[in-house]
Amino acid sequence: MTALPASLDVSGLAFAYPDGHQALFGVDFSVARGERVALLGPNGAGKTTLVLHLNGILTGGTGTVSVAGLPVDRRNMAEIRRRVGIVFQDPDDQLFMPTVREDVAFGPAAAGVKGPELEACVDRALTLVGMAEFKDRPPHHLSFGQRRRVAVATVLAMEPEILVLDEPSSNLDPASRRELADILRSLDVTVLMVTHDLPYALELCPRALILSDGVIAADGPTARLLSDDALMRAHRLELPFGFDPRSVPAGG
Amino acid sequence: MGAVGGTSHAFSGGGAHRLYRHGHSPVHGLPPHTKLAAAFAFVVVVVSTPREAMWAFGVYALLLAAVAYAARVPAAFLLKRLLIEVPFVAFAVLMPFVAEGGRIDVLGLSLSVNGLWGAWNVLAKGTLGVAASVLLAATTELRELLLGLQRLKLPPLLVQIASFMIRYGDVITDEMRRMRIARESRGFEATGVRHWGVLAKSAGALFIRSYERGERVHLAMVSRGYAGAMPVIDEATASRAQWSSALALPCAALVVCLLGWVL
Amino acid sequence: MHVPDGFINAPTSAVTGVVAAGAIAVSLRGARRELDERTAPLAGLVAAFIFAVQMLNFPVAAGTSGHLLGGALAAILVGPCTGVLCVSVVLLMQGILFADGGLTALGVNITDMAIVTTVVAYALFRGLVKVLPRTRRSVTVASFVAALVSVPAAALAFTLLYWIGGTTDVAIGKVATAMIGVHVLIGIGEAVITALTVGAVVAVRPDLVYGARGLRQRLRLRVNGELVDANGSAPSPAPAPAAARSHRAVWLTGLVASLVLAGFVSFYASADPDGLEKVASDKGIDKKAEEHASADSPLADYGVKDVADARISGGLAGVIGVGVTVVAGSAVFWAVRRRRSDDASPARTETTV
Repeated sequence: MTALPASLDVSGLAFAYPDGHQALFGVDFSVARGERVALLGPNGAGKTTLVLHLNGILTGGTGTVSVAGLPVDRRNMAEIRRRVGIVFQDPDDQLFMPTVREDVAFGPAAAGVKGPELEACVDRALTLVGMAEFKDRPPHHLSFGQRRRVAVATVLAMEPEILVLDEPSSNLDPASRRELADILRSLDVTVLMVTHDLPYALELCPRALILSDGVIAADGPTARLLSDDALMRAHRLELPFGFDPRSVPAGG
Repeated sequence: MGAVGGTSHAFSGGGAHRLYRHGHSPVHGLPPHTKLAAAFAFVVVVVSTPREAMWAFGVYALLLAAVAYAARVPAAFLLKRLLIEVPFVAFAVLMPFVAEGGRIDVLGLSLSVNGLWGAWNVLAKGTLGVAASVLLAATTELRELLLGLQRLKLPPLLVQIASFMIRYGDVITDEMRRMRIARESRGFEATGVRHWGVLAKSAGALFIRSYERGERVHLAMVSRGYAGAMPVIDEATASRAQWSSALALPCAALVVCLLGWVL
Repeated sequence: MHVPDGFINAPTSAVTGVVAAGAIAVSLRGARRELDERTAPLAGLVAAFIFAVQMLNFPVAAGTSGHLLGGALAAILVGPCTGVLCVSVVLLMQGILFADGGLTALGVNITDMAIVTTVVAYALFRGLVKVLPRTRRSVTVASFVAALVSVPAAALAFTLLYWIGGTTDVAIGKVATAMIGVHVLIGIGEAVITALTVGAVVAVRPDLVYGARGLRQRLRLRVNGELVDANGSAPSPAPAPAAARSHRAVWLTGLVASLVLAGFVSFYASADPDGLEKVASDKGIDKKAEEHASADSPLADYGVKDVADARISGGLAGVIGVGVTVVAGSAVFWAVRRRRSDDASPARTETTV
């Protein structure tokens, strides 16, 4: 286990947008292979900016990011994008093809997979998220929860090293939320989940990071971070009314 | 080709643009690049026909009518789409009055002979050209058209710009609607020239909003390995039979054209 | 201004087709420099915007239809090469989808509306940005002027093409009057929309405006309390040699000054029509007429013969002068730049000379 390089390694990452607004001020963390980690933080903490660095969409600041030992830079870009699967917050941004099948096939096809192999790849990814029977439907005719699952499938089809989910539980009704949690738990892949849905983080991720004001403010077991009232208050993180992390068995 | 996904459909009422007429005719079924090539070749032939060979243009019109019949495109649909030509009809009507050269008296009006020929030339060739394009657009879905252009070896960057353009067509319409609702719910209604300023200022905001929404889609595409060209998911090649049925139209037209020069 | 099939004769259509194809080939190479992964969708958005504004057609009395062109907006936002591609794509899709502009007239339409507007607008824009102070407001002002001139320039190009290859011999003066007159008005609308759009984008996302690249500063980042230079952010334009740069500035300043004089001062300044006409012909027409030594050139005679109203005549002559100056100027500019790059690489001099 220690022989393998970490799935994700971020060090000294700082970034400012062209308008001068600086979002990241030196971020350091590492995610081991097979781990499920939650990245918590208030609105505007720089979570999305950080996510866009993980597959090289944003570059040009300082610091380094590497995925399974491969540094994110221009030469490795195609390989990095295959290895890092990002599921964006709004499935409508992610699903842009006329049918579910073509949408899921997009990534592998861009990587050069074709013919029956491509078809098998699509079927496998859709089965993983339980959407196989919706293969030939247009994505915008599906429910929100189904669209989110298809969005996950589009990324799984590329067999990524690490799955990055941006607010996976937003806008989901409780049943869809549980179905997605079951799917995520069943996958054998490293997961980085960006969220401010704290109970969901506790349920799925044994470890959590708190990103606040562009730096990692805390890193530890999710249950311990969520139970630390002072820490939570300092970073504008609030548990839902009546939710006590101490009364829930540890996630995993 | 990705262009017709999304949730709103200015160009794409459920996978098609508003000029497209859904159907399963033999013309609909032809591969898009054969249709593009055929339409282009047909128009080239029409344009190179001498304007004195009036009968030839009649035959061309009959050929197009036959295609329209095969495609089950109703005459009313076709004729309505021809209205795009109106500004040029106005120009053509003026030509006999303003052109130079020998003049002839028709119903008490002094008209230029040259202008009359010119008007006929523009009207006949222009109308046939428009009709050919309308038939092409009516029988080919937008993403198919882009695929066809790609297969006709149009540079990938141009195809890419075209597909983004169509995607953004949807986004812009959608953002425009949202902004109008926001304006109107604050009691603003564009009723006259005085409000043009407000609308013009919206243009810049519209641009940025549309860009940022489209940018997210683009990021999602890039994240899945998009590097400029749409991946080929379903390979469709045109058989020899499909090519020959598509090219039947320009070939027939070519015969007519040659006759027009000889006769 | 979309030309239908059969409007311009076959040889002219073919030649413009070759010109258009050549320009697109050159632009495709240039666009690789201008576009990166993040700006590719911007080109699509610009194309969609242009598509939208070009759909607003209004018929022109004795001419064809008039509408906003969008070439200036494209050149300023995504760069001249990508701009040419954007407008060409719009024209292609309009031809195929909406039958707006004939398929065989595509060369004419691209030459006229994609190449002329973009090149004229961008040359003017660069010149103005160099002369004006380096502020965001200057970018907006330069966009306004560039768009204002680009539309009548396209109308002029159309008139020339019509003169060369029109299938009906309508007096060139009548065509010019209708086309350029109306397009001066359309140019004002175009200028307002272009300036507002560019202004708004420059204010919020200066990184998206190709023409405002020079305005960007190097970012300094704070990492754990220390200030660090950002590595390789905000790709700055390749610094030209100092001598070449000042050369270019002088040349462009001259060009811009002559454009403003020839075009707009002559149109609006004096109330005396004779004086106007004189200024205009001094600045633009006579020079060209002498160079060509052809008294029956349409440009030379039209100002006197076909247009009755002296004021319009003078203004039109001025605008034509602008167009000719810009085209000639761009050619010179291009030649100079080419020679300079040849000088830089002796190996290439052998092959090209």
